[in-house]
Amino acid sequence: MKEILDVKSLSRQFGGLLALDDITFTLREGEIVGLIGPNGAGKTTLVNSVTGVHRATAGQITFSERRIEGLKSHRISRMGISRTFQVVQPFPRMSVLENVAAGSLFAGHASTPNEAKRLAQEHLAFVGLDREAEKSASVLTLAGRKRLELAKSLAMRPRLLMLDEVNAGLNPAEIDAALNLIRTIADRGVTIVVIEHLMRVVMNVSTRVLVLNQGKLIADAPPQEVVKNHQVIEAYLGKRYASAMKDAR
Amino acid sequence: MKRAFAPLLMLLGLTALVVLPLAGDNYIIRLATNMLMYSVLGLSWNFIGGYTGYPSFATSAFFGLGAYAGAISQGHGVPMVLAWGIGAVVATSFAGLLGFVLLRLRGHYFAIASLVVAEVLREVVNSATDFTGGGMGLNLPILRIDVDRLAELFYYSMLSLALITLATTVIVSRHRLGFGLRCIQQNEDAANILGVDTTLYKNFAFMLSAVFVGAAGAFYASWVNYIDPTDVFDILLSVQPIVMVLLGGPGTVFGPIIGAVAYLALEEIMLSNLLSFHSGLLGLIIVILIFFLPNGLFGLSWKRLKRWMGISSAEEAA
Amino acid sequence: MLTVQILINGLLLGGLYACIAAGFSLVWGVLNIINILHGSFIVLGSYIAYFAYIYLGIHPFLMAPFAGLALFGLGYLLQRGIINYVVTAPVLVTLTLTFGLDLLLNNGMLQAFTADYRKVNLTHPLGNWFVGDIVVPLDRLAAMLLSLLFVLVLWWVLRTFRIGRAIVAVRMDREAAALMGVKVAQIYAVTFGIGAVMAGTAGSLLSVIFPISPLASIAYLGKAFVVCVLGGLGSIPGVIIGGFALGIIESFGALYFGSEHALTVSFVLLIVLLVVRPTGIMGRKGYE
Repeated sequence: MKEILDVKSLSRQFGGLLALDDITFTLREGEIVGLIGPNGAGKTTLVNSVTGVHRATAGQITFSERRIEGLKSHRISRMGISRTFQVVQPFPRMSVLENVAAGSLFAGHASTPNEAKRLAQEHLAFVGLDREAEKSASVLTLAGRKRLELAKSLAMRPRLLMLDEVNAGLNPAEIDAALNLIRTIADRGVTIVVIEHLMRVVMNVSTRVLVLNQGKLIADAPPQEVVKNHQVIEAYLGKRYASAMKDAR
Repeated sequence: MKRAFAPLLMLLGLTALVVLPLAGDNYIIRLATNMLMYSVLGLSWNFIGGYTGYPSFATSAFFGLGAYAGAISQGHGVPMVLAWGIGAVVATSFAGLLGFVLLRLRGHYFAIASLVVAEVLREVVNSATDFTGGGMGLNLPILRIDVDRLAELFYYSMLSLALITLATTVIVSRHRLGFGLRCIQQNEDAANILGVDTTLYKNFAFMLSAVFVGAAGAFYASWVNYIDPTDVFDILLSVQPIVMVLLGGPGTVFGPIIGAVAYLALEEIMLSNLLSFHSGLLGLIIVILIFFLPNGLFGLSWKRLKRWMGISSAEEAA
Repeated sequence: MLTVQILINGLLLGGLYACIAAGFSLVWGVLNIINILHGSFIVLGSYIAYFAYIYLGIHPFLMAPFAGLALFGLGYLLQRGIINYVVTAPVLVTLTLTFGLDLLLNNGMLQAFTADYRKVNLTHPLGNWFVGDIVVPLDRLAAMLLSLLFVLVLWWVLRTFRIGRAIVAVRMDREAAALMGVKVAQIYAVTFGIGAVMAGTAGSLLSVIFPISPLASIAYLGKAFVVCVLGGLGSIPGVIIGGFALGIIESFGALYFGSEHALTVSFVLLIVLLVVRPTGIMGRKGYE
């Protein structure tokens, strides 16, 4: 499998705090990679650094053989990396359709707003929001907004999609639906990074898991090995792991 | 039938505007020219303030710059219409430079910074006496045409400028630029991540907010034949267009025009009955409009009406 | 020695500037409103002191608290009656509204008092204090010290009394404060009123030093704004530091550019600051 994202010695400093400490890993095309770690470990900071929201203090990021550290977010988005936000960020006074059309228009391949709206219909249908197309984005439920977020990022035609806590606040049925969507997206050839707190999601859907703790990468292995990793168990509470293992069976 | 209604209305309006000089006397023509000029100011501000959501108070800076650029050019023998073009170019260049510095600021800071720039500019122009005539102002050559033809000439010129500005607004609103500006207004960070080059778009909108204003300023100088710093850098030139657009509906195509007409009509009615206390009256008008009509003349139900008339699209009605 | 004189001049101005800005900063920090009326409030305070001196013989320094109180009423009513309705509206709306109100007030004063500059000519001026080559005008010194006193009193009130703590609570988290039983609209009105008090007080003290006219209001507003940006928003210590900083900068600016350009110098400084370090000297982030 071809390499799609190569991160070398990435570090990010905020004042006195070293949020990311010498992170190195590689993603290959088509993988679904879980990114886990306790609160404050640096998961979102990592996503922010890759997508250009933060400038890395040190290190290199290569995407499809092009160096992207230091580039502005909108350039990186157009190159084929998109992400969802933990706290969803819609355009509140636009309709659901327009929100998704924005993704098509500015990072996808649509050349006019009308074309973008047409393309957006497909993405809405994919996530199951096609009936809400004309509604204002601000009236959606939380689950609806998460799906809108997903549709928006898909409209950007990404080759690498980073999902930040896309399941937070959803009930088990909604989570299952979300997992199916993720698998379908991966089947289409998109590389996916899933940031998750829920172990059963991670175990179920990822082929590989990266574990962050206090800014450092402490594990990079298939899920079954990661849960047996001594350092990982230490980073989390022991009981959590045990019940997650039961769920995953 | 519904679809034809809006274009028909616009055609009627346009016809009325074109034949106006034949019907009215010079007073009416002057009034209409003034309304058209303020429409230009409002439509221009709409790009940066209405669509993009950056509360710019720099309109008076662009107007004044355009006025002086035009006046000085004409003083050196440049033909009038070309001088208006120069006014536009100077104002736009200034906006380009200024935008680079100011558009990093948001909200209050941006508003006040833009306001302060206009004040500083006024002071600088006031002091550069050798070049600009300073506080004594500048006189412009008077055209050797009879009064009626002169009034018509200026009227049609301003009408053309207004139509150009309106056309630009229509194009922007349908184009990805307009879409992007609205995204920036509602969530600038999300717009960035989505692939909108926000710096480029904001700067472009800011320059658009200057180009026609600069031309209008130069036009104004030719029209009144005498300008001074207090006159053309007047803060009211920044504030009144804002009130007009707020009145008519920010971020829409026709809102600024409707607002300008309504505002100036109100002012005309009130002023023709009360001669003194002029500025204070303006203050009263502003306070009343903002206070009683915080969502403009067109609240929710009117937005639906506009949609039905095919003037605005779905999102503006939401 | 010239440098020391200029420095002293700057410091004397600084205390006054802190008083000018304190009320403005409070209103901006708590209500998130940039009060364009502030400059006119100051001028009104000056006029009150002026007429009190001419007709009643009361020294402006003594009149200061009373001028302040008179303005409290005006500020409170304006906020409660009008401004309160747009407090949560976007920047544009509140700015334009206070601008319109200022036009009304300023023009009212122009109509009532004309634009002619007036001066309080004290019958018993305190004279000058000479330290070697340095001249320290005692009236200015007294005005400066009183200004600082009033600012410190404000600080003390905000920290000690319940009303002060309610104001701070509302500033930090309006909804939480409301849930705790604080009447937010009332607090807004009181805060605006206090802002007006500080303006009136400052105006009274300033009447001894600067000429009085409605035309001066924009200069005072400008200075208040620069002080807030210099010192960082939302803190009294910031206002004091900002005030002194502006006073010193202006004094040296007057030396190089001439005193008629003092305001322009301040404004250019403001723009530079906003771009380079909007959080000011103290480094605290303001409200956008």
